[in-house]
Amino acid sequence: MSLTMFSLKKSIWVYHLSAGSCNNCDIEILDCLTPRFDLERFGIMLVGSIRHADVILATGIVTRKCLLRVKRVYEQMPAPKLVVAIGACACTGGIFRTGYNMAGPFDRVIPVNAYIPGCPPKPEAMIDGVVKLIQSLNGKLPAKKVR
Amino acid sequence: MASDKRTIIPIGPFHPLQEEPEFFELYVEGEKVVDIDVHIGYNHRAIEQIGQRMNWDQVIFLVERICGICSTSHPIANCNAQEDLAGVEIPERAKYIRSIVGELERLHSHLLWVGLAGHFLGYNTLWMWAWKYREPILEIFEHVTGNRNHYAMMRPGGVKRDIKEEDIPHLTKVLDEAERKIAMVTKAALDDPVLAARLKGVGILTQEDAIKYCAVGPTARASGVAIDVRKDDPYAAYDLVEWNIITQEAGDVFAKAVVRLLECFESVKIIRQCLDKLKKVKGDIAVKIKKMPHGEGKGHHEAPRGETFHYVRSDGSNNPVRVKVRAPTYVNLPTCKATVPGESVADAAIILAAIDPCYCCTERMMRVMDKRGGKVELDGNELVRLSQEKTRGLRKQLGL
Ligand code: SF4
Repeated sequence: MSLTMFSLKKSIWVYHLSAGSCNNCDIEILDCLTPRFDLERFGIMLVGSIRHADVILATGIVTRKCLLRVKRVYEQMPAPKLVVAIGACACTGGIFRTGYNMAGPFDRVIPVNAYIPGCPPKPEAMIDGVVKLIQSLNGKLPAKKVR
Repeated sequence: MASDKRTIIPIGPFHPLQEEPEFFELYVEGEKVVDIDVHIGYNHRAIEQIGQRMNWDQVIFLVERICGICSTSHPIANCNAQEDLAGVEIPERAKYIRSIVGELERLHSHLLWVGLAGHFLGYNTLWMWAWKYREPILEIFEHVTGNRNHYAMMRPGGVKRDIKEEDIPHLTKVLDEAERKIAMVTKAALDDPVLAARLKGVGILTQEDAIKYCAVGPTARASGVAIDVRKDDPYAAYDLVEWNIITQEAGDVFAKAVVRLLECFESVKIIRQCLDKLKKVKGDIAVKIKKMPHGEGKGHHEAPRGETFHYVRSDGSNNPVRVKVRAPTYVNLPTCKATVPGESVADAAIILAAIDPCYCCTERMMRVMDKRGGKVELDGNELVRLSQEKTRGLRKQLGL
């Protein structure tokens, strides 16, 4: 197990990227941090800068105006770049997929490693999703992706 | 429009903490903000257009997803519009249930705001507290409606689910508990000398400006404009129960906080009375709307942030021809043109947050650049740090 993997398993720093969501998924992400669910006890921390993040928690459909910005955020992220799509919007476009301003869903814009469906998914589901993602890596970092 | 002396601080568009991306440009001269620009549209999801392709029932689901915090306000407003169009009156029991869900939402939304405001000011304890006491309310939601958010309770002609008789004692209990906790948070926040020093007289929106900018909701009520569609044009059960409009005269950030906190108690009052009435009023919870006639309908609801207005037009078919939405933040946001200029950079964060657009500033795109050298001087975290430092300084000054 590489050093990166070892430290990733113990302390996952997440960055929240909302690109055209109804902000309900976003609130539930924040909710994970507050006393009821208290993610920080597992070493999962929300960071304000993408350059510190291991995982992007992506919500929303990716609107046209956000498209380029989402790509830029992804490019600034350090390896291993892990992305979790949270909510029906981020996974498939959800109820908004037929709209003219839809440039997503997320996996058409940036590579996505895990999907957590639900509208919005419960905080428990989100925690479960991130844990499963880390377990599925099996001690190996994902293969380098071509940008 | 920026002159040579001005520096531009871009804030946004991505807020890592919550809510939709918005983009603010602050024009600053030294410490002082002289002008502000707001760019919105990052979150535009073409809802009105999608709504025209859906049938009347689906539209309710769609408008529910306009905003995650006001996720029952838009359905209520849209149901009001559709009922106005179809000319039906909903059963009395449905009215009470609508009001209960609407007010529960106000409770959780105001608590959410209090928490975030605390975070901006460096009172993270207040944030954790407020959000902790918000959880039981979400639990009631899950109990009554089946989901923590996006309740899907409303339907044109009434409500989808009934509140069962045996659930009422449980709801009352949780409500009592929540009220006690909110009282504690209110007292802690309003009696704090540092918060008072930090917020009083900051970001004043005069009554005249509030009317000029057509402000709605707590933003207007904190400036002494007693505007509230629940009283002005009652719908649901708001004319069947006793409650008061909370107003404050000062118009500053503190007044807005007071209005929101005191409104929580009014909400609790409304919910209690509605639950009592539910025990007596039996019957259907919805009437069937057979056919949508030609014509137009309008409906509104006092969302936690102010009046949300919906308009629908029908050609007698299965789909609306037009769905129009006007959300409260859209009229409240421009008031920052009146409140932010003249204040210091450290205060900008909380003033912008005071209208509750849910604005966060710990972002990678917020930068202060030295115009000539191109050097980055301030970023998003810096802005929050400045704000938090000011509180700390004040605390020291007051000897706390
Ligand atoms: S999945 Fe649902 S809750 Fe999440 S952002 Fe989309 S509409 Fe909102």
